Amino acid sequence: MKFTIFDIRHQFPILGREVNGYPLCYLDNAATTFSPTVVLDKVREFETGYRANVARGVHRLASEATDAYESARASVAKYINAKDANEVIFTSGTTGSINQLAFSLEGSINPGDEILVSTLEHHSNFVPWQMLCHRTGAILRLIPVSAEGILDLSAIDQLVGERCRIIAVTQVSNVTGDISDLRIISAEAKRVGAKLVVDGAQAVPHGPVDVQALDIDFYAFSGHKCYGPTGVGVLWGKSEWLKQLPEFMVGGGMVERVTVSGTTFLASNQRLEAGTPPIAQAIGLGAAVEWLEKLPWGEIREHETRLMKQLFRDINAIAGLRTIGSDLNQPRLPIISFDIEGCHPHDICHIANQYGVALRGGHHCAQPLMDAMGVMATTRASMAIFTSQEDIDALVVALHKAVEVLR
Amino acid sequence: MSGNIYHEDIKALANIPVAEQKLEQPDCKVTLDNPLCGDRITIALNLKDGCVTALTHQVKGCLLCRASANVIAQAVVGTSATDLEVVVEGLQQMLKGKPVENWPTPGWESLALFQPVAAYKSRHECVLLPFKAIMQALS
Repeated sequence: MKFTIFDIRHQFPILGREVNGYPLCYLDNAATTFSPTVVLDKVREFETGYRANVARGVHRLASEATDAYESARASVAKYINAKDANEVIFTSGTTGSINQLAFSLEGSINPGDEILVSTLEHHSNFVPWQMLCHRTGAILRLIPVSAEGILDLSAIDQLVGERCRIIAVTQVSNVTGDISDLRIISAEAKRVGAKLVVDGAQAVPHGPVDVQALDIDFYAFSGHKCYGPTGVGVLWGKSEWLKQLPEFMVGGGMVERVTVSGTTFLASNQRLEAGTPPIAQAIGLGAAVEWLEKLPWGEIREHETRLMKQLFRDINAIAGLRTIGSDLNQPRLPIISFDIEGCHPHDICHIANQYGVALRGGHHCAQPLMDAMGVMATTRASMAIFTSQEDIDALVVALHKAVEVLR
Repeated sequence: MSGNIYHEDIKALANIPVAEQKLEQPDCKVTLDNPLCGDRITIALNLKDGCVTALTHQVKGCLLCRASANVIAQAVVGTSATDLEVVVEGLQQMLKGKPVENWPTPGWESLALFQPVAAYKSRHECVLLPFKAIMQALS
């Protein structure tokens, strides 16, 4: 398949709409992106063709729903190169995945143990570990960042001590787009036997992932950031670890036998998906990753790099603008945060919206990072596969307008 | 377009360097965050007979939040909690687009400048945050 921006954009019906009389220029993809027709059709197919519960019914619709749900699990496993589809647990999203994991690992954490997280983290990969420390008496330690928001791994060997039990780190920052060097972190986790939990929410939308090659223990991501539906996510874990996890939530769908005196649970990882799962959403996510997998990623990365270069060049011409994170010489994805002297991000986003440009201003659910950089908020432009040169042009015009109004 | 929110009067109001000094011994001090965007306001004030006699504030926030805080700084001296409740109620109604009797409250005429914000629900909190902070301080 050859990549053309026209063909890609044609697959997203929402891109046809206007905002305030301007063509929609959507650059808030790191928060939530859109679904292509193939995903929308798949969800509709379930809702209109075989909407039923999964795993237990014997009627036709239940059988078809179960097949589609398990097929989606297999598609996700293939996309992230899991060894086995049973290593994929469907959740409500990255936040749901990491909370489930943090609660499930609680029994293995003792007072004085250490949990290491990076200062870059989205709150969803920070607060669950902070709370786990509060509940268990473990110590939360932090991998620092520079004043520019760049992860500093120079002293990682000193931060990972013998009592380190868990290291939680993002694969790609949702604020800066920087790619974490997981090889170094993984080696340190291995050295002390700590489990490495990786937040892949911002990485998965930008091409297939290989969890085996990353040499990690757990991986979490959301459907709504990778062209799938909202309300679904994935927790992947190595089989040997998932088998050891206790049941997080209990109830329907995950028991072997319930009597008045006790309950036994299924042996399979289905015991980690209590209750009716987000069936339509999981099936939609399966369609999304199947679609993603077929795309020509080499050409898409070239396209993204071209747009990033254009964006960096054009916005750096704005007086008082400072980009956060690494420059283009470092491995990064097209998520760009910046601040403009004298212009608050909320005001910038408000004015940009008047020109049809959707940006995100605020702390991006990464307040420890904001504190480390000494700012309250930044403005963020995050691209998707359908982002065009015209989008970047519209963004630059909107930023100039905002500066003109606000200064 | 956006000019209706970011008009020159609002910008001038936001950029007034008032109340930057610190109170030696504030009777109460409150810091409030806007959880949506992380903006933060700290208000310190002195009271006599239930009325504000002095106020300072520090705002790390957007233009609307700074302008709103400056309205308070300009108008609040001599105001009681009961007086302020009337002002806040009027402001909230105005932002909801509802008619408010005797609005703006005498002494608080600058609040009329925020009328265009009514059309943007996501920005109401920017205007209200300083008022929430002072109401909390007075309570």
